[in-house]
Amino acid sequence: MSKDNQLLEELTSREYEHGWNVALETDSAPKGLNEDIVRFISERKNEPEWMLEWRLKAFRLWSKMTEPKWPNVTYPAINYQDIIYYSAPKQSAKPKNLEDVDPELIKTFEKLGISLTEQKRLTGVAVDAVIDSVSVATTFKEKLGELGIIFCSFSEAVREHPELIKKYLGSVVPMSDNYFAALNSAVFSDGSFCYIPKGVRCPMELSTYFRINAANTGQFERTLIVAEEGSYVSYLEGCTAPMRDENQLHAAVVEIYAMKDAHVKYSTVQNWYPGDKEGKGGIYNFVTKRALCAGDNSKVSWTQVETGSAITWKYPSCVLKGDNSSGEFYSVAVTNNMQQADTGTKMIHIGKNTKSRIVSKGISAGKSQNSYRGQVHIMKRAEGSRNFSQCDSLLMGDQCGAHTFPYIDVENSTSKVEHEATTSKIGEDQIFYCQQRGIDEESAVALIVNGYAKEVLNQLPMEFAVEAQKLLALTLEGSVG
Amino acid sequence: MSTVITTKSLSEIIGSFSPGQEATESRKQAIQILEAKGLPAGKNEEYRFTPITRAIENVFTWKTENSPAEINSIDQFLIEGLDANVVVFVNGKFSTSLSKIISPANEIKIKSLREAFSSDSELVNSYFNKFVSPETDSFAALNTAFWQDGLFIHVPANTSVEKPLLLLHINDAAQAQVIAHTRLLAIVEARSKLSVIEKFNTLGDQASLHTFSEEIEVKENAALEYCKIQNDGGKAYQVINTNIRQADSSRVDTFTITLSGQIVRNNFTITIAGEKCESHFNGLYMLNSNTLGDNHTVVDHQKPNSFSNEMYKGVLDGNSKGVFNGKIFVRPNAQKTNAFQSNRNIALSPSSTINTKPQLEIWADDVKCSHGCTIGQLDEEAMFYLQSRGIDKTTAQAMMLYAFTAETLNTISNETVKNYVDALISERLHKNF
Repeated sequence: MSKDNQLLEELTSREYEHGWNVALETDSAPKGLNEDIVRFISERKNEPEWMLEWRLKAFRLWSKMTEPKWPNVTYPAINYQDIIYYSAPKQSAKPKNLEDVDPELIKTFEKLGISLTEQKRLTGVAVDAVIDSVSVATTFKEKLGELGIIFCSFSEAVREHPELIKKYLGSVVPMSDNYFAALNSAVFSDGSFCYIPKGVRCPMELSTYFRINAANTGQFERTLIVAEEGSYVSYLEGCTAPMRDENQLHAAVVEIYAMKDAHVKYSTVQNWYPGDKEGKGGIYNFVTKRALCAGDNSKVSWTQVETGSAITWKYPSCVLKGDNSSGEFYSVAVTNNMQQADTGTKMIHIGKNTKSRIVSKGISAGKSQNSYRGQVHIMKRAEGSRNFSQCDSLLMGDQCGAHTFPYIDVENSTSKVEHEATTSKIGEDQIFYCQQRGIDEESAVALIVNGYAKEVLNQLPMEFAVEAQKLLALTLEGSVG
Repeated sequence: MSTVITTKSLSEIIGSFSPGQEATESRKQAIQILEAKGLPAGKNEEYRFTPITRAIENVFTWKTENSPAEINSIDQFLIEGLDANVVVFVNGKFSTSLSKIISPANEIKIKSLREAFSSDSELVNSYFNKFVSPETDSFAALNTAFWQDGLFIHVPANTSVEKPLLLLHINDAAQAQVIAHTRLLAIVEARSKLSVIEKFNTLGDQASLHTFSEEIEVKENAALEYCKIQNDGGKAYQVINTNIRQADSSRVDTFTITLSGQIVRNNFTITIAGEKCESHFNGLYMLNSNTLGDNHTVVDHQKPNSFSNEMYKGVLDGNSKGVFNGKIFVRPNAQKTNAFQSNRNIALSPSSTINTKPQLEIWADDVKCSHGCTIGQLDEEAMFYLQSRGIDKTTAQAMMLYAFTAETLNTISNETVKNYVDALISERLHKNF
């Protein structure tokens, strides 16, 4: 047992790998939130009048809303007036090409392991990088443009493709959806916009990297993906932040609109700073992600690997409106030390013969609390629908908790819903078996955890799967329950 | 968190009852809670799918006294062939004339709870209002505030009560509406054994509301078998709070069957407060027409090395609605707990609804816990197989459903009771579905 404790000790004393910050000059808004700040952000981004109106409407809605209290997480009250809502790395002018980008920024991304330079061509990933609040560079734009694919920062899309933004912004996550979605709608600073035209299969993975750099800053980005009829896209999202003592707020919105026969795959590896082992600092990750399978036979699949954040609170959801549409949700959520996660999904079956599949793997260690919260709702007209859910929890150590809150609501008699959940720890016999074959305890744990999470990791694109496996091993190395 | 529906109707409800003489402190406290919280309305998480407050607000004319019932014979409510102690409550009042105790007095003490407050005050005071919390459920608060009568059961140590206890709740709503608030307090002392069967019946066409709070303590090495049969009238509203607490090495087998009624809500909690306990927790709801059956169950593992197995099954037809919420708590020191839960449902009609929420909350690592939940239909291939052997569709469906439901009966050990429940299921399968 003392060895276990020692190993646990090692684990809990692990430093956050991405905890550096780069001295970047930033152009920030003053602290606090009011209509002037909303105007300030809109003005800084040279936004048209309609965009400002939209933001102000959201802000007015938000001011009337109250913060939800139902998640199974505890945190001190957030002072929304003590946050900087806009912070941009200072640049004299918008860079025309990569050579014009601030070398400090490039260094930042190189440290993160995302090179914005042409090297990326080798891996075939187009990257849109968002630092603090502003999208700094997008690669491979021209090549994608040949296919008619639009992949750019959100502010650029507002300027250059206003008709698309007007049509789809808020169509999946309306500004009134919830408290944090309303807040995001009012103050979102940037994000990515992606449009795949009819019948186009996007030849490469599209990727966004988010990083919070400045102190006291909230990051509020928006991602909007529109997949036209018969198109396909795989989208990746990664996040890191430097170590800070105070808590930082991240309230993003991701909207996916999938038309007839479209297929969108959205993968996230979230590694925000989780706070130190006493639970000081860290990111509050309150994110609204939703996909609308609007057309028949459309398909959206969410894959997420959640290892960071002091508090993770998100439910990537699918609204299965088109007949025969399908939604998938694969998740690995790891919590350690004082981390709290309340995550899961919502599958709303509206169309006939819609299918959904949920695989959620929770791993809790240290003093963390890990909750799965999900809803499967089969509406009356969603005849012949099908759902399978599986949520497993793995506990390491006797001070953590694992909780499951699945809501299953079925309103017709032709649908089938299955749900199963288990909670257990890594078996001593499993460890013993590995050790007997000369695998040391730490590797054995990594092996077992990787096996446990494999079903989800397999869903990730290659580059991400490698990173995710590494992250898992790093976060949990040595923790034997 | 509850929401007051309208202050007017709440005060009307509270004002319509006169609190009884006993347990005045707990009554006062419960009224305060009720005034502060009100009855659960739409947004209340625990009553999200069960709009009982709205229903009773519209249905009932709140008045102080139930009209005296005229029931001369209870034969139609008995279980044929069951040799049991029979206790009868009519319109919320303990009826000494209709009750019949056959077990010797040294085996079991059965009396009115009101009487027990003076005769067995020490026992009553140490258990009364300790398990069912007015804080967690407003209907429990309503009951604690205004209970009219109750039953007190005490089984001394080292006693196996040979005859089961049949508890009949009869509400006579032929002339007027009935509102009954009753309680049960049972203590099964160490190394003793008791079997309780409860039946709920409403007569007549008027509406009835019955809140019933049960507190049962099962001591070290004791055993309890508990069977609840809810085959009530079409306008019966029920909220039953059952809390069973288990001490070391005790065993509890429960079975709840819900067949009819307007809205039936069971809050059933088993608290495993001892080590090495065993708990088998079964339920079946077979609903049709407009019945809403709601089972909110909790298994709370507070101590290590215990085992619990929960199995609830549902068959829904007509416009019926089945609600299930199963919580399993495993507290931080309840290591080596094995807790299993399954909830399986079959929806027969397109307008039936199922809302289910199995919920695990685990704070201990060395445990084995699982829950499974399914909603589906009868297997088409099996149906085809039976039909291809010349069995007509209706019979085939009944056979299949019987096979699906019969498994839940394995917590009933008394053959007579089992056959009786079995007959109820068969009747429902052949006549109503």
